[in-house]
Amino acid sequence: MTPGNTSNEQLPSKGTVRILQLYPRDMNIYGDWGNVLVLKQRLAWHGYDAMLLEHNAGDTFPDEVDLLIGGGGQDSGQVVIQQDLQSNAAHLRALAEDGTPMLAICGLYQLFGRFFKTHDGTLIPGIGILDIETHGGDERLIGNVVARSEEFGDVHGYENHSGQTFLGPGVRPLATVTKGEGNNSTDNHEGARHLNIVASYLHGSLLPKNPAVADFLIEQAVTRKYGSFEPGEVDDSLAELARQHAGTRPR
Amino acid sequence: MSSLSVPLGKAVRAASRLRGGGSAFPGLVVERIDPGFMARALRNLPRGVVVVSGTNGKTTTTKMVVELLQGQGLKVFTNRTGSNFTRGVAAALLGEVDWRGRLDADVAVLELDEAHAVHFVNLVPPTHCLLLNVLRDQLDRFGEIDKTTRLLEQIARKTTGTVVLNREDPRVASIASAIPRTAITYFGLDESLRGTFPSDDELRGATGTAPASDLPADVVLETVDGNTASFTMDGETSTVNLSLRGVYNIFNAAAALAMARVIMGGDVRRAPLLASLAAVEPAFGRGESLVVDGQPLELVLVKNPSGFRLGLKSFDAAGYATMIAINDNYADGRDMSWLWDVDFDSLKDGGVDMVSGVRAYDMALRLKYDDVPARAVDTDTGPALRTFIRSAQGRPKRIFCTYTAMLAIRRDLSRITDVKVVS
Repeated sequence: MTPGNTSNEQLPSKGTVRILQLYPRDMNIYGDWGNVLVLKQRLAWHGYDAMLLEHNAGDTFPDEVDLLIGGGGQDSGQVVIQQDLQSNAAHLRALAEDGTPMLAICGLYQLFGRFFKTHDGTLIPGIGILDIETHGGDERLIGNVVARSEEFGDVHGYENHSGQTFLGPGVRPLATVTKGEGNNSTDNHEGARHLNIVASYLHGSLLPKNPAVADFLIEQAVTRKYGSFEPGEVDDSLAELARQHAGTRPR
Repeated sequence: MSSLSVPLGKAVRAASRLRGGGSAFPGLVVERIDPGFMARALRNLPRGVVVVSGTNGKTTTTKMVVELLQGQGLKVFTNRTGSNFTRGVAAALLGEVDWRGRLDADVAVLELDEAHAVHFVNLVPPTHCLLLNVLRDQLDRFGEIDKTTRLLEQIARKTTGTVVLNREDPRVASIASAIPRTAITYFGLDESLRGTFPSDDELRGATGTAPASDLPADVVLETVDGNTASFTMDGETSTVNLSLRGVYNIFNAAAALAMARVIMGGDVRRAPLLASLAAVEPAFGRGESLVVDGQPLELVLVKNPSGFRLGLKSFDAAGYATMIAINDNYADGRDMSWLWDVDFDSLKDGGVDMVSGVRAYDMALRLKYDDVPARAVDTDTGPALRTFIRSAQGRPKRIFCTYTAMLAIRRDLSRITDVKVVS
């Protein structure tokens, strides 16, 4: 087969979406750049411009943000960003409650919750946007994941975490695991959904193989800013084939 | 038991070779029946036991250290099949020791996988070790890159003589603080080359975490221009034309020089050292250049984002037909996220002729998001290779491949052309 690229004819832009990546310096070890790139490119394919912004520990938080995205790091990276995240907590909560779409993966997913209680009992406070709590576990949950979501269909990704996350009544699971572990090794929930936030342990990266999630975030951002979203024609046949093959791979 | 273990192990080795079996199995047998076998065989080598580890470049660097030492007149034992687990070392030893378990060598230079090295050094404390890098591959095995650092640290702790460290890799350099009483030697890069070798922290433009290059280095790679490199040792800079290609191999040449200088000490002779380095050929599947249809075909092994980036940077795509083959078998790593941290811009002009491997569609999707045209996709590497060679007739070819894809492609190529076999 010969996969073609979606044509990039120059049409007038339908608008600009400002995407803020949180902590790319310390929380970017599991291919999170892939998620940013997918948002940028899909916005272009839908006829919109993307402006990429970054916020690292110590930076001044930018004024206008239409879409937020943050990834996973090592435990040491989480320690580095901890204080900065807390000092911006109120602002991030306000943005979330105002409907700003957000994607929080892995480490940032944990820190969007109420707390992360580490293995030795240390309580690392989260910013409480999500009604979840995370407990450090003995076992590391690693491998391919497939999880079924009513909203997005099957979600494909890869997990690598030792934190076990449990959902409170204030959030609903993103999906139900059919292969892999997901949030923890006891229930079959993967990720969390609340307001316009999608939170998940899955990288791999998440968005390339799950364009429905990418387009949800884009649609929310555009609609919130411009009142409506006019999608373009996007050829997702390669993503579909990548999903099919990923689904057949061993854990 | 030990008096019988060597003959028995040798017999198993002979039998498993007749069956065409795996190279490590006899090692497993001897390890089980005689756990002290390796320590005894390696105990009295006059120049000691060297362990080479790190996430990347072990095989080629080990080969370089071996050939540098041979060039200095030493008899070197090594596990050259790349079977870098403890049992692989035991199996290689079985092939070399006499019937009483004695090894006729001056020094052992052993490539060891990060995790298995820890097991090995508990059995056989090395006299020296060379620690190359901590890159992001194998996260699916170790969970965190910092954990990989702790594994290398344990090798350094068990080392009785000199530890040779990469001063440019902040994680490797940090091992020095964990081994305060051990002798340490560094290899490094000139300031002008640092940007060419991003550490894992720098993949997305973040700054490095340590002022690594302030540390004094025994060997410094000063310049790289194609296959020509200059190294500074003892304040004197020498230029070498290497047979090896790829900037990462050339940086590892500095590592190998530093290790060889530690082993030789005051006996080291500079001219033969540089002559040996110039003559080192690539190891099995790593930057090997074969000839197919009268045109070169290069195999470039890619295992992690830094390595893939350096591979793309080392080899100019212009004029070459390109194939990429990505598998996700256990030996490759199952996690595909690393593909998203490689920048494929340099392939944009020429495009990619064939994308293959079990995860070909993940790779093709990655290329699509970088606007790199992919002309064909075939998950099966056999037919993909044939189509690629046919479509690229008259052009030099290059294949970027993960480890198990490399093995498969190499096997198929051996039916078409003369592929060197490492016993």
